[in-house]
Amino acid sequence: MSNAVQHNSSATPALKIERLSKTFELASGLLSRKTTAVRAVRPVSLEVQKGETLGLVGESGCGKSTLARMLVGLLPPTTGQIEIEGKALDTANPAAFGRLIQYVFQDPISSLNPRKSIRQIMATPLKRLHGMDKATREPRIREIFASVNLREEFLDRYPHEFSGGQAQRIGIARALAASPRIMILDEPVSALDVSVQAQVLNLLSDLKQQYDLTYVFITHDLAVVEAVSDRIVVLYFGAVVEVGPAENIFKMPRHPYTKLLADSAPVVGRPLAAPDTSHAELPDPLNPPAGCAFASRCPRATALCENSEPHLRSMGDDQFAACHHPLED
Amino acid sequence: MIAFLKLLFRNKLAAGGLILFGLVVVLAVLTPILPLANPDATATGDRFQPPFSPDHVMGTDHLGRDLLSRLLWGTRLSLAVGFVAALLAAFLGSAIGIVAGYFGQRTDNIIMRLVDMLMAFPYILLALAIVAALGPGLVNAMIAVAAVNIPFFARNIRGVTVSLARREFVDAARLAGMGHLRIIVFELLPNVAPVIVIAMSTTVGWMILETAGLSFLGLGSQPPQADLGSMLGEARSAMITSPHTSIVPGIMIFVIVMSINLLGDGVRDALDPRLRSGALTRPSAATLVDRGRAPAQDEAPSDQDLLSIQNLSTEFRVGRRCYRAVREVSLQARAGECLGVIGESGSGKSVTALSVMGLVASPPGVITGGAVRLRGEDLLGADYERLRSLRGDKVAYIFQDPLSTLHPLYRVSDQLIEAIQAHHAMPKAQARRRALELLEAVQIPNAESRLSSFPHEMSGGMRQRVSIAMALINDPDVVIADEPTTALDVTVQAQVLAILDDLRRKRDLAIIFITHDFGLVAQLCDRVAVMYAGQIVEEGPAKDLLERPAHPYTKRLMACVPELGQGRRQLEAIAGLPPAVDQLPDGCAFAPRCDKAQPSCKTGLVALRQNVDLPRKVRCHFPEEVA
Repeated sequence: MSNAVQHNSSATPALKIERLSKTFELASGLLSRKTTAVRAVRPVSLEVQKGETLGLVGESGCGKSTLARMLVGLLPPTTGQIEIEGKALDTANPAAFGRLIQYVFQDPISSLNPRKSIRQIMATPLKRLHGMDKATREPRIREIFASVNLREEFLDRYPHEFSGGQAQRIGIARALAASPRIMILDEPVSALDVSVQAQVLNLLSDLKQQYDLTYVFITHDLAVVEAVSDRIVVLYFGAVVEVGPAENIFKMPRHPYTKLLADSAPVVGRPLAAPDTSHAELPDPLNPPAGCAFASRCPRATALCENSEPHLRSMGDDQFAACHHPLED
Repeated sequence: MIAFLKLLFRNKLAAGGLILFGLVVVLAVLTPILPLANPDATATGDRFQPPFSPDHVMGTDHLGRDLLSRLLWGTRLSLAVGFVAALLAAFLGSAIGIVAGYFGQRTDNIIMRLVDMLMAFPYILLALAIVAALGPGLVNAMIAVAAVNIPFFARNIRGVTVSLARREFVDAARLAGMGHLRIIVFELLPNVAPVIVIAMSTTVGWMILETAGLSFLGLGSQPPQADLGSMLGEARSAMITSPHTSIVPGIMIFVIVMSINLLGDGVRDALDPRLRSGALTRPSAATLVDRGRAPAQDEAPSDQDLLSIQNLSTEFRVGRRCYRAVREVSLQARAGECLGVIGESGSGKSVTALSVMGLVASPPGVITGGAVRLRGEDLLGADYERLRSLRGDKVAYIFQDPLSTLHPLYRVSDQLIEAIQAHHAMPKAQARRRALELLEAVQIPNAESRLSSFPHEMSGGMRQRVSIAMALINDPDVVIADEPTTALDVTVQAQVLAILDDLRRKRDLAIIFITHDFGLVAQLCDRVAVMYAGQIVEEGPAKDLLERPAHPYTKRLMACVPELGQGRRQLEAIAGLPPAVDQLPDGCAFAPRCDKAQPSCKTGLVALRQNVDLPRKVRCHFPEEVA
């Protein structure tokens, strides 16, 4: 399955991850040396092309934030490796990652240090990652600030004086200041009001053009991810269950879980219908099932699903699904 | 800083403490230039002079030394030693605490266990042991006192650091290329500093006492040098014959420690951010109503209306500012009907809902006008007992976060049974059967065994079902659901919505459903009201309104929201931000962001008018063409 998620392009991908996984060890008791392992992310292999926006969707507990934190080096992976533009990054050192890949946080206010002025916050990546002196920093800060549509006088204010939308622009500006090649956007608009959400999404799309960026966009909101992404990856219980072009994946899902997601999203004009699964619980991470993690909720599950874990395989048209009994059109 | 002093002086005791302590410090600082006798000059002929004798205002001690002079010099020394010890303990303790809290895991474990070991000794014994090892002397006593207090700081600061170090700004700093030392010094320390100051202000007095204690035992300052503790120690033998020799330093110790403690409490309160917002003032049991006179039963509320909100206005009065969160909102809900209230944060939708049962925190909330009628009965004029008998019985709420609405320490069954017994005298067994019935109604699998679960043992969707069961347990007429599915995953959300929809049809409930999601409104609600800046801007049947919005705000807001199935696209954002409700613009609140706005929109009030062609009310001079 490691070669499964290839894009039909031969150029060096902007981001390539190979069999990246994370297992957390939990101490089971105060005195016992025994530990229990929780596999937060099962081996995931992905490629993101230059200039692409890859959407990453999944519900809480699917491992999307753990994956994102590994991508920027905030969390050392248990196995696997990360390559950015052909170069492997094998140290879990955020500073080494920082020049190539940056992160925009979900909660804009808590991602800004309440005791630092915006100018200080903006100056840090320029100073620490690029060694700029004060004279070269200032025009650069002003330039970035203008590109996220914020007024220069905001630079001398403190984070609590800003609304959520403005704070998120500052968070984006800080990430841009590192001049990264790739930005990981972790639920960048889910804390924002809908009218502000659209402003930030449009800003992100403009910045991508302007700075020639590649995005990994993580969210739980299917409508948002469909509106911004080129390709979408669906995660369930720490593993990729489906990958495909954004315009098709929710219209013609191959994996029953993707279909469940698409059917559950509230849409104007569609009547309310409860999904016909008896329980909507994730499997117990301490006692994971042997086969497909979705089998207990899946209407198509058979004995095969209970016992053997399905791997990603091609479903045609750049779409891949990890399912023994994929849906047909 | 000025705000800080203002807060400090609001506390009378702290202000008194500050003045008293200020006086002591001024005296101690001025001691060298005051015309005092030499504190160490002995004159055995003058020993034990009483106070107010000609040459010695406070008398003399057993060696005939001037007590006033010794008192001031001694105070100076005690204060200095106490402060240095506090600084030392704060510096070392905080450094240990920050390092342990930031690195966590094994580092934290090892450091904190060592600190625990230090704490396991009785502190005075530990101090004695340290002085015994180092030898008596003021500096050594100071070191001992500082060492004994390090664990206090270390534990306090570690606790604060642990919660800060998990915050996203620390991750952001690491990604911006900062190393551990820089993060600790430049990111964490400024946030921890107020806590260090608070901890210091509450412990300085204590450390002065401990130093005095060691000196009293003869382990601190050595004769003839005076400090408060050694003065007391030397006066001990003459306590009966010349009590003034012990009373004079005794009073001074009392004054210093008392004033520092009062001041320290004041500093702690003033620096605590929760106090600044007034959150610790206990809210009253029901929202304050100040509406002049109760409005008449105007507009002839129809008999069909189960709950009718008429011209409701709610304000928050904070200092000189007045936030007009809800302005003249009128809403009606009939039995079996689901009314959607949609709006962005700050639009007043939640405050409207909370005003119905007087649940807006007062202070600062005040209901300034209008009426809320349940079957014609005005709830705003009702007394607290009446409100309490209706809350959770006839009108029930479902909130966004079930984890914070369910009590973490009680089993689900206890909480459901309590909800019944608060309103109806019913034997426990019967109430339990009723609870079980409700859990089955909200489709909780294995309801029988789930009854004895604690909230933390359930998933988010499960917990929200329990809150729905609790809301429905007394067969209410009206359920007010404030973003009940926002915290849930979409697959769980769909199930919870289906349950709500099913229950309202079966039980003829009136639901007021508050949300920011048009998709949910479309699926669940019969009618919908759109709120902006505290007012209803549009109201009408849900299907019709969502298909053909008439108010420019509704139309633009719907265009902002991406909808599944429309593919990749540029979204039509609304520029600008909603107005702050303490600085509302003149005229239409949406005018500054509206591309159809004319000069007439920016003056005067815009009324909510019935549309002639449609069952629709719109607050706009230039509504969209919808006919």
